[in-house]
Amino acid sequence: MMLDFSVKMKTESISLFYDKTEALKKISLAIPAHQITAIIGPSGCGKSSFLRLFNRMNDLIWKARVTGQVYLDAVPLYDPKIDVVELRKRVGMVFQKPNPFPMSIFENIAFGPRVHGCHDKAKLDEIVERCCLRAALWDEVKDKLRDSAFALSGGQQQRLCIARVLAVDPEVILLDEPCSALDPASTMRIEELMQQLKSQYTIIIVTHNMQQAGRASDYTAFMLMGDLIEFSSTKEVFTSPKDKRTEDYITGRWG
Amino acid sequence: MRRASGTENQKKREGRLAGKTVVENSFFGIHPLLASPKKFSKENLIRWIITATGWITVIILTLIMLLLFTEGLPIFSTTNPFSFIFTTDWYPVSDPPVFGILSFIVGSLMVTLTALVIAVPIGVAASAFLAEIATPTLREIIKPIIELLAGLPSIVLGFIGFLLLAPVVQNAFHLSTGLNGLTAGIMLAFICLPTIVSISEDSLSAVPKEYKEAAYALGATKWQTIRRVLIPAARSGIMASVMLGVGRAIGETMVVLMVAGGRLALPNFITDPLSAMTGRIAIEINNAVFGGLQYQALFAMGIVLFLMTLAVNIIADLVLEKQRRRYA
Ligand SMILES: Nc1ncnc2c1ncn2[C@@H]1O[C@H](COP(=O)(O)OP(=O)(O)O)[C@@H](O)[C@H]1O
Ligand SMILES: [Mg+2]
Repeated sequence: MMLDFSVKMKTESISLFYDKTEALKKISLAIPAHQITAIIGPSGCGKSSFLRLFNRMNDLIWKARVTGQVYLDAVPLYDPKIDVVELRKRVGMVFQKPNPFPMSIFENIAFGPRVHGCHDKAKLDEIVERCCLRAALWDEVKDKLRDSAFALSGGQQQRLCIARVLAVDPEVILLDEPCSALDPASTMRIEELMQQLKSQYTIIIVTHNMQQAGRASDYTAFMLMGDLIEFSSTKEVFTSPKDKRTEDYITGRWG
Repeated sequence: MRRASGTENQKKREGRLAGKTVVENSFFGIHPLLASPKKFSKENLIRWIITATGWITVIILTLIMLLLFTEGLPIFSTTNPFSFIFTTDWYPVSDPPVFGILSFIVGSLMVTLTALVIAVPIGVAASAFLAEIATPTLREIIKPIIELLAGLPSIVLGFIGFLLLAPVVQNAFHLSTGLNGLTAGIMLAFICLPTIVSISEDSLSAVPKEYKEAAYALGATKWQTIRRVLIPAARSGIMASVMLGVGRAIGETMVVLMVAGGRLALPNFITDPLSAMTGRIAIEINNAVFGGLQYQALFAMGIVLFLMTLAVNIIADLVLEKQRRRYA
């Protein structure tokens, strides 16, 4: 494939096995820096499994096994010498269901910096404010930072989770269907937020929502049953898909 | 978690008993309007059985309390309650007899505290290991073994303490006897460890995996995830496990009887031979004249024991309630 972008992350014939079933089949894909890459495909095709390769979250799954390689810049992530903690600082993740900790809003955002050794109160205050501002959350929470995160609405909780990721200052942000549990207005806010963030971060978003991929991403990858079918600029994928299966899927003809 | 939710269930049950709103129109997930008439009556039967069980529990508990109080309280017509609790002279068969149980209260507290100091950190660490570090296979092997230990008759532990631990303690601290509070405390720790490990592990494993994933995804280490996310999220279950452990330790009779040394005086150090309330009651109740003063005094000691466990439970409940409200 011709690449006319600078590459932030890339997978090289990566396969993932859950015990003996092969969930991902030798996928090679390059992720452009400072762009939003959408991963689309029907439910169960392996989008989440694929996304979790980029910060090695699959390590947590008992009996999951990986072959192939993923690179962050030039660093091979599946090298035995890699420090996974350090990797996850550089590649943050936002989950499908907003999952704030059962702590205050402040504690949630300060969690990352704290586990990475920052205990200075003034510094933490500064980080919390900056990350809330960047996650478009500050106005809504600035007077109740000590309240439980569960008091926030679903959309606010998801932006809190984004702020929490920003607080560890990652280079790449992975989002796994971040809007699937949210109402349309909250969804729009998160999409706007992604546009604001992409100048500083490389973003990969999994979505089952075709419109979302179409309007919010720069590049799109289409997956089917553990295979990568097509990857190109979003415009191209949506206007002139090369593969018949991609066309069927985005036009809604896919089963 | 299973057992930990007992108090909550009980509260719900009491709510129902008090005639508050019955919230079970979707019991077992079946809406009564959608369920067939047959299922509906089965559901009623189940509800009836649960209500009846609740009532029976309450009645039996009340009867036990009544028994304790009717047999024990009369002692306070001859012995002043203050000196009963706060003096250390225990001459149950002198004429006139003297009943001061402070030595035994202190003895019970000392061995129980020792047991907790040993069992809580070890128990919580072991449960965190099982829940988060051990592989599923290892967990499936270890957990049943620990639960089996919980069923070990305490007299067996008493023998182990007597034969194996007592000499070790005696030599280690250069004591005149190895049968003392420390030996008893260590053996009591063994008694409450399985409870603490098993219930804490349940509640750690019940922490939503979303919290765990969020922590790891932020670059937290295993240790940080356990300490900052899992344990705080599971603390009500862990607290409950500790409280149940305390309950077992305070109430344990055989082990303290066998290895605590049985001295009647007020213990100064944990390494002194001492007596706990349970052991004292067990030893003397057979010699006491039915309905006599000694008999009354022993029952009154039972009341003190009962109130102490009650206090532990109430405090635990208050703490848990406060935490529940904080992050509700
Ligand atoms: N932890 C797991 N253990 C075993 N199989 C899994 C696990 N997670 C996902 N799978 C399987 O892998 C396939 C891809 O799942 P997933 O990545 O969640 O798909 P998607 O996110 O596209 O819906 C599915 O068939 C699913 O059943
Ligand atoms: Mg998914």
